[in-house]
This record gives sequence, C-alpha cells and structure tokens, in this order.
Amino acid sequence: MKYNIIDGVKYTKKHEWARLEGSIAVVGLSDYAQDKLGEIVFVELPDVGTEVEAGKGSAVIESVKAVADLYAPVDGTVTEVNEDLLDQPELINSDPYGEGWVYKVEVKDESQFDELMDVPAYEKFVVEEDEE
Amino acid sequence: MSEAKKTPFYEKHVALEGKIVDYSGWLLPVQYQKGLVEEVHDTRNRAVIFDVSHMGEVSVEGKDAEEFLQKILVNDISRLKDNAIIYSPVCYPDGGVVDDILIYRINEENFFLVVNAANTDKDYAWFEENVFGDVKLQNLSPEYAQIALQGPNSEAILQQLTDTPLGEMKNYHFLPSVNIAGVDCIVSRTGYTGEDGFEVYCKNQGASKLWDAVWEAGQKHELSPAGLGARDVLRLEAAMPLYGHELSKELTPLQARLDRFVALDKTVNFNGQAALKKQREEGMNRMLYGLEMLERGVPREGYPVKVGDQEIGWVSSGSKSPTLDKFIAMAFLDPVIADQSQELELVIRNRSYRARITKLPFYRRKKK
Repeated sequence: MKYNIIDGVKYTKKHEWARLEGSIAVVGLSDYAQDKLGEIVFVELPDVGTEVEAGKGSAVIESVKAVADLYAPVDGTVTEVNEDLLDQPELINSDPYGEGWVYKVEVKDESQFDELMDVPAYEKFVVEEDEE
Repeated sequence: MSEAKKTPFYEKHVALEGKIVDYSGWLLPVQYQKGLVEEVHDTRNRAVIFDVSHMGEVSVEGKDAEEFLQKILVNDISRLKDNAIIYSPVCYPDGGVVDDILIYRINEENFFLVVNAANTDKDYAWFEENVFGDVKLQNLSPEYAQIALQGPNSEAILQQLTDTPLGEMKNYHFLPSVNIAGVDCIVSRTGYTGEDGFEVYCKNQGASKLWDAVWEAGQKHELSPAGLGARDVLRLEAAMPLYGHELSKELTPLQARLDRFVALDKTVNFNGQAALKKQREEGMNRMLYGLEMLERGVPREGYPVKVGDQEIGWVSSGSKSPTLDKFIAMAFLDPVIADQSQELELVIRNRSYRARITKLPFYRRKKK
C-alpha cells in the first residue's frame, strides 16, 4: 500500500478521517486524499460553533490545481479549528493524521462512527478507487 | 464527443507514471510523480520536457499566402523574415478572437502555423472560409508530434543531439529541418513558460526516437517531465494569455493588452480592423490587469472582483505562484475604477479577500 492508512481512526468514502476522543471527534483528510490533491496551499476553516452535518461540506481544502470540499464525517458542533493550517496548510501534506488535523466536533450521535470504514475496509476502498 | 486521442508519447507518460487526464480530447499528463509545484521549479531552474503534440499545425502555401495571412491576422507579417516567427491573434470582424497563433515563415510562399489544440478544427474552417487566390491550406496536425523543452538547461541538452549550432538561434526564430538524433525536425526557440527553450516538431513516426534521445541527453542536466498543470501555472506567471481565459470570441486582443501584436495601421485591410480601431478610440469597459492577493486565498477563473460594493470584473486565470510564493491572478476589470483603486476585493465563496493591482508579467526571467 503506497498510502499511509492508520489505525485508531475511521474513514469516509470521501477520504476524510475521524478519531473519537471522548465525545469529541478530530477530523482530517486521509493520506490518500492529500496525495491526490498535491501541495495544499489554502484551507478555509469553519467557525467554531458551526453545526456540521455528515456528508455535507464543512471546510475547503485547495491545492494549486484543485478545490476540494472536506465533508463532515459525522454530525456535530465545531469546538476547535486548527489555526496552524491558515499559515501552514501544507501540514496536511506532511502530517495528515497529526499536525494536519482540520477541526474538532462535539459528536451528536456516536453510532454514526459504525457507518465509517475501518482500516481493512478503507484499504480495499482505496485500492478499488485507485484502479479506476 | 469522440474518444480521447493518444499522442505518440502516451506510452512515455504512462511509463513515467504521469497522471493522465482528458484535455480538449487528448489524453495528456496533468502532472508526474514530483507534482506540479516541483515541475514549475524544475522549469525555472533546470529543464523539463512537455508533450505538446495536441497543438495544431497548419501549412499555408502559394503565391497569395502572405496576402491571405495579412487578411486574417491582426499582426503585420510584411516584415517577417524567413526562419522568423511572429505571434498574432486571429479575429472575427467584430474584433472577438478566433484564436491566437504562431506564424513560422519558411519562405514568402510557405508558412507554418501553430494553433491551439481545442481550436484546430474551428481555425481550419475559418481559414477555409476566408481563403482566396493561390493558397493551399493543409491541416498537418494529425501528422505532427511536438515536444517543448523548456528551462535554462534546454540548449545544453538539445545541442548534444545535433550539429546545428543552437546558440546562434535567436528567440522567435526557427530552422525548418534540423537533424535531432537522426530525426528530421522543425526546431524553434519558443515556448509558453517564460523560460528559454525550444519547441521541436517531427512527424509521428520519429516521435518515440526523438523523445528517447532528448530524455537520455537530459539525464546529466537534470531533465524532468512536466505536465499540463505546471504549464498553465508557468504561463500565468509569465502573463501569457490562454485562449478561453484571456482571449475569446467575447474578448478582443486590445482588452487583453496585446496592442503590440495588433497592427491597427496595417496598410491592408484585415478581419477585425474597423472594430478594433473603433474600440481603441472609444475605450473599453473591461481590460486585463495583474492582481496579487494581500491575504491568503486562491484566486480562480470566474471569481468576481469588487471595489466596495461594486463588482468591477472577473478573474480570468489565477493560482498560487510557486516561483514567487504569492497568490496571483489575471483579471478583466473596469479600467476607470481599477486605475484609481489602491485595493480591491476578490470574492471567493462569498467572502472577500484583499488584493491589489500589480505589474504584468508577474515573472520575467533574468537575461544572461
């Protein structure tokens, strides 16, 4: 596998990841997504307090050539955003699961995590998508 | 739409793991493994090879070839010498642009035109519609492959493959028959990146051999492949117009500030002359400007530009400039308001971002 797919987070079909920490979910973009986008040059973050809805656009990630929506993996209220990305959007490229996290949400319904993909499912999904 | 075409270099792109996209009906690499940003740096600092076989080529021959071209071109080719090249927009009678093209003069009765890929068929139909006298038109596009070798190391790379002294070749000049590694090529000192470089044309059957020879010769000069993504950013940094963005049926060359390529006083009548003269006298409500963002935000085609509450134009091309490490754009703006505005606002997804007007081109290479 040429993409880093880590344990401890769950993945969406749009290549976001979410990690549950108590009632808070940390949200970011997967290594596969950052690789496909190329060097990220701009991130538009949601305001703290924004209600995000699973599957709906919640932030905007831009590389030189493309504009990509970051779709919320689960419903919730934004509690914190990664302001380091405003000056260093490339953190998403260099450390997508760490310093490149995008925002945190207070999760409404933890059962939504069951619908997201675990590592084996996401690995399979990425392989299939890459072949297209 | 018919199935996308492969250029003679398609297999090379696949072998180099280029990311292939359909561009105006051609399967071409948008970028390679290093990525767009590195490809831009490589072009500015070393050398890159682009497949530009999608570009169209048209031969214009005959006793009336020059007179015909003088009628369809807005630039004046009467002083163009053999082996020299001139850039010119081609206009409709209303001043809107059919295409912007290069004219290679082989001799007074033989010209080689290079046209935009997406416009090739439209251009050829337009030429046929306007042709007269002793002129033979031929669409050579299907027969020709083309590479662009761009960047400061280009001459050193290409010189290894030919006895023709390339150092003597001036900008916007060409040689119609150069032996490059055993392949008969048209070689011109031209490009679409703002760097020194060459564009090399050959018949399809020699294409693979040409690519391999250039690639091999390039290894000691850090040659890399570059894709369409880098090409678009490079031309934006150099403020070169792209048809469909800075030029179109609805935009004239004067609006795009291509005045030095518009010979309004040419002694023979040409398509668009009256309309362009009128526009020059009356002025224009939208003209091309360079913009630089004063805060982080990626300007992209179509984004509105405002001063206060008033919308004064739109972005025609925009990107992050890897060379300048700035966010830049070309935009068509109301000149009356733009010229007296210290600051403008660019609207990205309903939010305003501060920008200012800056001189074009954004990037100009240092002369040796």
